[in-house]
Parts: sequence; C-alpha cells; structure tokens
Amino acid sequence: MIKVEDVHKSLGGEEILKGITTEFERGKTNLIIGQSGSGKTVFLKCLIGLFKPEQGRIYYEDKAIQDMDDDLQRKLREEIGMLFQGGALFDSMNIEENVMFPLRMFTKQNKTDMLARVNEVLKRVNLENVNKKFPAEISGGMQKRVSIARAIVNKPKYLFCDEPNSGLDPKTATLIDTLIQEITHEYNITTIVVTHDMNSVMEIGEKVVLLKHGKLVWQGTNQEIFKTDNEDVTNFVYSSDLFKKIREVQLKEE
Amino acid sequence: MKYLQDIGSYFLMLKKVFGSFTKSSVLKHLILKEINDLIIGSLGIVAFISFFVGGVVAIQTALNMNNPLIPKSLIGFATRQSVILEFAPTFISIIMAGKVGSFITSSIGSMRVTEQIDALEVMGINSLNYLVFPKIVALMFYPFVIVIAMFLGILGGWVAGVYGGFSSSTAFISGLQDSFIPYQLFYAFFKTFVFAFILATVPSWQGFYMKGGALEVGKASTNSFVWTSVLIIAANYIITQLLLS
Repeated sequence: MIKVEDVHKSLGGEEILKGITTEFERGKTNLIIGQSGSGKTVFLKCLIGLFKPEQGRIYYEDKAIQDMDDDLQRKLREEIGMLFQGGALFDSMNIEENVMFPLRMFTKQNKTDMLARVNEVLKRVNLENVNKKFPAEISGGMQKRVSIARAIVNKPKYLFCDEPNSGLDPKTATLIDTLIQEITHEYNITTIVVTHDMNSVMEIGEKVVLLKHGKLVWQGTNQEIFKTDNEDVTNFVYSSDLFKKIREVQLKEE
Repeated sequence: MKYLQDIGSYFLMLKKVFGSFTKSSVLKHLILKEINDLIIGSLGIVAFISFFVGGVVAIQTALNMNNPLIPKSLIGFATRQSVILEFAPTFISIIMAGKVGSFITSSIGSMRVTEQIDALEVMGINSLNYLVFPKIVALMFYPFVIVIAMFLGILGGWVAGVYGGFSSSTAFISGLQDSFIPYQLFYAFFKTFVFAFILATVPSWQGFYMKGGALEVGKASTNSFVWTSVLIIAANYIITQLLLS
C-alpha cells in the first residue's frame, strides 16, 4: 500500500501539487486521471521519488520515503517497476538485454536462470521470438509490452505506469490495460496508472483519483465515477462527444 | 549568473559520477563498449588527419626556408616540434571534441529525451556513474590515440619532405633527433590526460542536463563542441604557461 499525506510540489516557482492526500491499495489498479496540466505526471514523479515534495509525506507500507536514507531509497526502487509513456527501452540493447537489465543489475543469478526468467515474462506479455530484435525494430504496442516485461521481471511490489496507452490504437490500448490489470492481480502488487483515457478508467479503474489544477477533487471506483454528481468529474468524463452521447442515452433511459 | 550555476552543476555532476558505483561486472562491459566506440572508432580519422597534416607542416617549413644557411634538417626538427607539442595533443583533441564530444552529448541527450535516464533512476541506478564513469575510464586510453597521431604526423612529414624533394631522409631524421627534450613528451602527455577528462565530462554534462526534444539535442551537441573546444584551448594555454615557461 502507498499512502500520501498532504503533498505539495512547486516547479519553476509555480505550485503544481496543492496538498494531495490519498491511499493506493495493494492488488488493485489505481488510476490517477485529470486533464493535461493537472499535475498527474508531477504527482507520479513525487511518488517514485524522482521529485521531492516540499511538504507532505509519502509512505510505502509504513515507511515514509522522506525518512529513508539513500541506501533505503535505492532498495525501495529495486522493488519498483515502471512503465514509461514512450516505453523508455534502451536503444543500444536488444529486447532480451532490455528485459534482463534489472536482473543483471540487482541479482546474482547466472545467465541461464536470467534467460529463463526473461523468456517467462516475455511469454507472459504475449511476446515470443523477439529476443534478438532492437526496440526500433518492433511496433509501439510491442515496445510497451517489452517495457511491462522489464518492469515485472524482478518481481516488483509496486508498478507505476505513465500514460501506457498513449500513441496506441484502441485495440492495442485495451490489450495493454488488460495486461496491466492481470499482472496486478497475479503478482498482488500496488499498481498506479496515470492516464486521461476514459476507456482505461472503464476497464481497469478499481480506484480512480481525479486531479484538477494540482488538487484531488474526487476519488472512487470506475462504477461510482458514472454515478457521481461531482461537477469536476462530469466535466472531465463527459468532455468527449462519445461519452456525452452515452450520458444522453443514460438520462433518457432513467 | 547562469555561467556560475553551470560551473556548479558541472562539479556536482563530477561528485555524483564517482558516487555509488554500478555493479562491477556491468561496468566492465560498459567500459569495453566505450573503448570501442570512443577510442577504436576514432583511430581512422585521427590516422588520416595526422598523416596529412604532418606532411603539410613539413612542406610549409621547407617552402619558408629561403636562407641557404638554414640546414635542411630543420624540416624534420620543425615537424617533430609542431606534431609532438601542439598538433597531436591539441589539434587532434579539437577534432575529437567534434567527433567524440558530439557523439557523447547526442547519445546521452537522446536518452534524456526518451526517458531512458529516468528509467535508470527509477530502478535505483546512479545514472551518472552508469553513463559517464565508463566514458572517463575509456578516454584514459586517449594518449594511445595521441601516440599514433604523433607517429603518423612525423611519418607524413618524412614522406612529404623526402618524396617531395625538400629534404634527404638522413637530414630529416637528423632533424628529428636534434635537441630532443624528453620533458616535452611529459608536457604533451600531461595535457593529453587533461584534454581526455574534458572530452569525457563536458559533453556528458551537456547531454545529461539538456531539456527539451530532438532539436535541443542538436543544440546541445553544438554547444558541447564549442565549450569542449574552448576549455581545451584554455587548458592548453594554462598548462603551457605552467609547465614550459
């Protein structure tokens, strides 16, 4: 579980996060949603320790990240898997080397064991026979799956995903969403996904947190988000024509 | 004010480069890769330039010797002095600032733009040690490149001097051996080590702290060449003043 208490963060003199308090449970896909510029990515970077909040505390289980020394923070990061928006695969390594990277850095396994684990996770993300290819030689969807494989290869306790669907067609996006949710349940990890994709919210949003102008304005499940009268939620959810029409049909039926 | 900030940021980077080391087995592999990319990969262009510039130095010296009292051995002497003292260590380092420096900046800058550096940081890896330290170690082999540049520069001078009809082989070699001061080799290799450190760290700093997208990677590469060259020239002046005057 990750607990966040009154987190404030400023960048370039502007306050981006204005006191966020929430909890992200283990074994659930937790979604952080909001419009562009609402502070989602800054919040994510605070959670993983790339940014230090000026105020507030972030707890991993019972330990506050602010109280950890460099060694403890490094150990914590070994338990974190991260899926970046663009995949962030290392260009100079092939797929096998990319996925094996955390094992080479943090374990003392021999190459045979590492290779077996790499093949296991690549199979888990439905990728086979790509081991020797380089990131530039595979599609965007495949890169995202390789990135998921790299994130889970060292059996992390926490999985962070920054806009995992961006730049993907709807079918591949659904596939990635489903994969993230399945892995969350299978490994019983705390997963946090930053997105502004309402399809993701509908499919995998076991807990949804809505940010607006750096403030948490609503939190609940993907079922509750379509029932709430919260104005910020309705403005965000029904901003697209598709969801507006769904809403009109719902209202007519009611 | 910005320059002061940049200088501070450069020295803070150096401190981080030598803190929390990457696993030795991984580091060994990275160092070998950097030696291949930065040192072995530069030999071709260095050999080509050294040979022909050495030749030009010999021809220019010969063409400017109008007084019949000046011995022909001066062509060999002037070639040796020019190549060992300035051409090989300094001129080749400026060329390396363009070749190796912009390669380092653009490769690290591209990693910054595509979040690969963030990926390293999230994994708990000291990205500066992982990316920059192997480059510093690899460029400590840079004096070997300079030895080759010195040899080929003098060889080019001999070929141009002898086969161009400006000097006899005996006179050229006599000039090469005339008034040789071994301390000058120490001076040349001392500054080569300093230039190697500049070549590894300044472009890395430019790439690591760049912000923006692909266009900014290009700008950072240009800045990297400019600043690396400026620092090499400035360091050359200071070292020459300290060691030779």
